[in-house]
Amino acid sequence: MVRAMPGQFVEDSQVEYARQLAREITEPIFEMIRRHTTVSIERTVLRLFGLCGAGAGGVPLANLMVDRLKAAGVLSRGAAYWYGRALRMGAKSPTEAVERITAASDHLLAPLLAEEEARMEEEVRSEARSAVEELRRRIAHRDALRAELPMPPPPHRYVIVATGNIYDDVDQARAAAQAGADVIAVIRSTAQSLLDYVPHGATTEGYGGTWATQENFRIMREALDEESRRLGRYVQLTNYSSGLCMAEIAFCAASERLDMLLNDAMYGILFRDINMRRTFIDQYFSRRICALAGIIINTGEDNYITTADAYEAAHTVVASQFINEAFAKRAGLEDRQLGLGHSFEIDPDRPQTLLLELAQAMLIRRCFPDALLKYMPPTKHKETDIFFSHACDVMADLVAIWTRQGIQLLGMMTEAMHTPLLADRYVALKAAAYVHRAARGIDEELLVREDGKIARRARQVFGNALKLLEECRREGMVAAIGQGRFGDVRRTETGGKGLEGVLEKGPGYFNPFLEILEARE
Amino acid sequence: MAQKAQPIRPYGDRRDDGVVQLSFTFPVPLSEKAKEAAAQFVKKMGLTDVKVAAALPAAASYTMFVVYARASHFIDYSEIDIPEVVLKKLGFDELNRLIEEKLARKVVVIGACTGTDSHTVGIDAILNMKGYAGDYGLERYPWFEAHNLGSQVPNEELVRKALERNADAVLVSQVVTQRDVHLDNSRAFIEEAKRAGIHGKVLLLLGGPRVDHKLALELGFDAGFGPGTRPSEVANTIAHALLKKLGKEPASQHYEGEPH
Repeated sequence: MVRAMPGQFVEDSQVEYARQLAREITEPIFEMIRRHTTVSIERTVLRLFGLCGAGAGGVPLANLMVDRLKAAGVLSRGAAYWYGRALRMGAKSPTEAVERITAASDHLLAPLLAEEEARMEEEVRSEARSAVEELRRRIAHRDALRAELPMPPPPHRYVIVATGNIYDDVDQARAAAQAGADVIAVIRSTAQSLLDYVPHGATTEGYGGTWATQENFRIMREALDEESRRLGRYVQLTNYSSGLCMAEIAFCAASERLDMLLNDAMYGILFRDINMRRTFIDQYFSRRICALAGIIINTGEDNYITTADAYEAAHTVVASQFINEAFAKRAGLEDRQLGLGHSFEIDPDRPQTLLLELAQAMLIRRCFPDALLKYMPPTKHKETDIFFSHACDVMADLVAIWTRQGIQLLGMMTEAMHTPLLADRYVALKAAAYVHRAARGIDEELLVREDGKIARRARQVFGNALKLLEECRREGMVAAIGQGRFGDVRRTETGGKGLEGVLEKGPGYFNPFLEILEARE
Repeated sequence: MAQKAQPIRPYGDRRDDGVVQLSFTFPVPLSEKAKEAAAQFVKKMGLTDVKVAAALPAAASYTMFVVYARASHFIDYSEIDIPEVVLKKLGFDELNRLIEEKLARKVVVIGACTGTDSHTVGIDAILNMKGYAGDYGLERYPWFEAHNLGSQVPNEELVRKALERNADAVLVSQVVTQRDVHLDNSRAFIEEAKRAGIHGKVLLLLGGPRVDHKLALELGFDAGFGPGTRPSEVANTIAHALLKKLGKEPASQHYEGEPH
């Protein structure tokens, strides 16, 4: 379906040039990704084989086994290889595999004869194929429900719940769905992104949010399935594949049929001070899983302009979107899975902010015509004056429908004070439904003049984004981040958390899931 | 000093009509019974002339109300005693000049989001070069040496850095307020500051969306800043408090409106 854009602003060749730059910028990073794995990726491999549960002290079994292999200095062959070895030692299940490996003395971990190894790997490969088939069946179940219960046209209205208790979250999510929410996000407990493990089981205590666990995912998705059937429309569920466990969360989400994940190639580096290599390597495998599972990824460029000024730094958002897109395409994601992030964040005290916000959102729509796009509400300039705050949110609703956003996070009038009260979601959803209903079609009715303020601003932002992309290509991504080009935050390649979990793949590195996921193309 | 009583009550559209507007939600489905329950609830608050203006289906079993009512009680405004930071604010250049002349060295400021808080939006707005709403952050002031330690900084580390750098002021930012975690984090910081012996010596400032000056004083800080605070307000507060402490400026010089 080809629809006229509200504005053309820049030549197609210019947009293609930006894409080409982004591909060239990310190329050297893929070289690094190819040569490395991480403890989190290896734990994901074990989870894909069906390993779940936790041992003494709540330590996940996947961590027990990977830590053991790492301590013995043999993890560079890949956890899948050692899973195969455990089966040969007589293990009958993934849990028994952990027992065998953690109990094995180092000499039991010595290499086998080459042909024995080849035979063993073939068996493990076959088991991996079955595991992926099982995952596909679960995903097909989700897709069938989506087909049976159609969603309303976009923008899909996205609200958060964040009680800390998964059962309270369920009550609030049901209430939000009944009030018209299309997407429910369960905010994670503060600092979960810095944990190098995924907690286990259903949880009822969290700070500022609820622990992301596979069991919590299951509980919420089941409740939303039920609510979707009752309402006759499918309600989507999202969580956060960011931090030190991107790939494991992606697996848990795929397995429990989540619809979306926040997943950004650079967010963890910039805003959580997670090591650069760790993040780049982890994002690739996590996105491979999202590609298989048809999970929509939402990127986090909106965060740049909550730290830097939204007017001055507008081009960094666009440049980063091209880079995130390049990373995503290389991981096999399709346009319809790309919720590239941006937001309505320009200081409302400035004149003509509606024109500026439209320029930014229309430019992004023009550059990424087939991507979903994820639009964030005002947060930085939110006031405790809830009435003015509500007016800002309504303005963002208008820009969202006008610029064909796929996903719109709704602003809450009490944003500057606390996590939303139950009724705040109702107020936000009612207003957004009204604005979307009232303004539907405005994008095709009103074309933007090419010689006007909006078009000039869009061209200016695009021009600056191109300059930044050229700079990143010249200096390299690592240097660009080192100089604070994105979000005013500076990071170094070997700084940040989690570098100790990165390791070079050994000569016999074995990961049948990576083979299967990469063979899909 | 005895003052003349000054009774006040809310102003709706007439002086002293006492009109208040309320909004709240009951966990019951929308019905006439729910509306009556809302009216009775408001009456129990001591309000009269209760009008349930709107009863809205926030969800299948939740009803949101907008209610108007009148209050008959009043407050004697003359008896209200509340410390306020009201500054005769100096501009960017003026303030830098003042520090140069009176202190002749840079004012050292260290800030962080402490404890579990990972939201740096507040501390970044105050300390980072860019600042907030067109108002430069402290890093931009030539006579300030500002260090932003970022998020999830343990209290011990913040205090240690303050001692290392011989800081004049420490800024603690608390954005997340769920389950009053900002209060716990703030108290823990003050405990640590006392243990390290910097409490009462180094200026300790608290900022965040649910912080105000009074709360900060109660928690043991020297000043508190709520939402919308400009970096220049923080810069002025620190500079003047420091000069005052060092006896280089009379107590009242840059303040007005403080209780006498």
